[in-house]
Amino acid sequence: MNHPDDLEISRREFLVMGTAAVAVTMLPPLAEAQAPPAAPVVKPAAVKLAFNVNGKARELEVDTRTTLLDALREHLNLTGSKKGCDQGQCGACTVLVGGRRIVSCLTLAVMHQGDSITTIEGLGTPDHLHPMQAAFVKCDGFQCGYCTPGQICSAVAMLQEVKAGIPSHATSDLTAAPQLTPAELRERMSGNICRCGAYSNIAEAITEVAGRTA
Amino acid sequence: MKAFTFERANSPAEAAAAAVRNPGSRFIAGGTNLLDLMKLEIETPSHLIDVNGLALDKIEATAEGGLRIGALVRNTDLAADERVRRDYGVLARALVAGATGQLRNMATTAGNLLQRTRCPYFYDTNQPCNKRAPGSGCGAIGGFSRQHAIVGVSEACIATHPSDMAVAMRVLDAVVETIRPDGSTRSIPIAEFHRLPGDEPHIDHLLTPGELITAVTLPKPAGGKQIYLKVRDRASFAFALISVAAIIFPDGTGRVALGGVAHKPWRVEEAESEMPRGAKALTARLLAGAKPTPENAFKLKLVERALASVLAEAKGA
Repeated sequence: MNHPDDLEISRREFLVMGTAAVAVTMLPPLAEAQAPPAAPVVKPAAVKLAFNVNGKARELEVDTRTTLLDALREHLNLTGSKKGCDQGQCGACTVLVGGRRIVSCLTLAVMHQGDSITTIEGLGTPDHLHPMQAAFVKCDGFQCGYCTPGQICSAVAMLQEVKAGIPSHATSDLTAAPQLTPAELRERMSGNICRCGAYSNIAEAITEVAGRTA
Repeated sequence: MKAFTFERANSPAEAAAAAVRNPGSRFIAGGTNLLDLMKLEIETPSHLIDVNGLALDKIEATAEGGLRIGALVRNTDLAADERVRRDYGVLARALVAGATGQLRNMATTAGNLLQRTRCPYFYDTNQPCNKRAPGSGCGAIGGFSRQHAIVGVSEACIATHPSDMAVAMRVLDAVVETIRPDGSTRSIPIAEFHRLPGDEPHIDHLLTPGELITAVTLPKPAGGKQIYLKVRDRASFAFALISVAAIIFPDGTGRVALGGVAHKPWRVEEAESEMPRGAKALTARLLAGAKPTPENAFKLKLVERALASVLAEAKGA
């Protein structure tokens, strides 16, 4: 079996090649594109970092370029959070920082000094599933499972957002407390893409948990 | 991603001074746009100044009866603020029309204003782009331009500004407050903050090197019916084809700004006198001199129909 790092690199290279191929076929040939203006060249810099991950104090020394997602996956071996697009578009890397959901691919690890981070590994364990994990299993809220950790972290925080009265695009009355209607649920989860299209079962799982905690 | 050094700033003045000490530096707050562009090496800062520790995350009432929104107030928190939901509905609506729950939890008020365009030719480093590589040409002109600008365009650039929030702030007459490295501050009306491309499309706004946004202020509530209508290719998590931010008063007068049609939020104050005459007359004045491409000429009609819908909604239809 491949070393996990080898697997990561080959997957990334594959994706880069794929992106380039799309660009070539989608767009007309270029005239004379210039490279971006030169910036002062800096040597890679390492920074020390201390934060709390899933209830444990962790200390790391990372290259400044390391995203929070890569710090979690590559440095702390918390591979539950997934790298889907690495552009903030798919939601597979969703984690909770201070209880709020964010995409961990679009933030640098060094921006999280002192923060409290919860990943899917911190929500529940195979023996003690978080209610949202149990509901996803019960409702069959996945097929391949790649988006699932992000879906579950996102859903847990999303229910808190509704409780806190945070409006969404689907909220009809801005001055009233939002209700988790099917339209609200779908709008609020639009940052989590499921390539397998398990959306109806995902919605069912979240609705079940929301009903229980309401 | 190019290597860079990193520091955390503790005060706005310290952040601005650090920017001057480090040519090629950038401030980072939410990072949702800057990091995306750094991965593609479209943005290549040699030094990042983390401004998240600055105490600029409050929304406070002003003496004039308006609101002062700290630069670091997250989009989620701004949309959820009781005063914003009650008195500045067009702003709350514009905010929740943008991005996703995760991104709104990260994105800041100042960072939203400073978003770069989402033009695919800007994003593709194999293509010419006068905004990314000045003088290299524009791939969008004569290329795939369905998403692009129809007014205020130049021979050099037809990119749009992607923000929804900024369109609402334009119709609300917001003011951008900044601090410069020498410690001086200034207030920039949002109308002047963003630029048209002209022959320097690489310059998006009026900020000078090291200048840091500290807040955005809103005047006292305008009242009226406040509507934000965003038309996009899918129901959620997509940039606008066009959008309308409107404040409409019971007598049929009002104000309107458009998103998705220009290099900046598009508002023509003189056109607003046409509002009582209906969408067709209003659109004709708002988009006078438009230079669409064959691919995005549909936006002219789309604006008129969106305005008709907004005017009807304001009347309670």
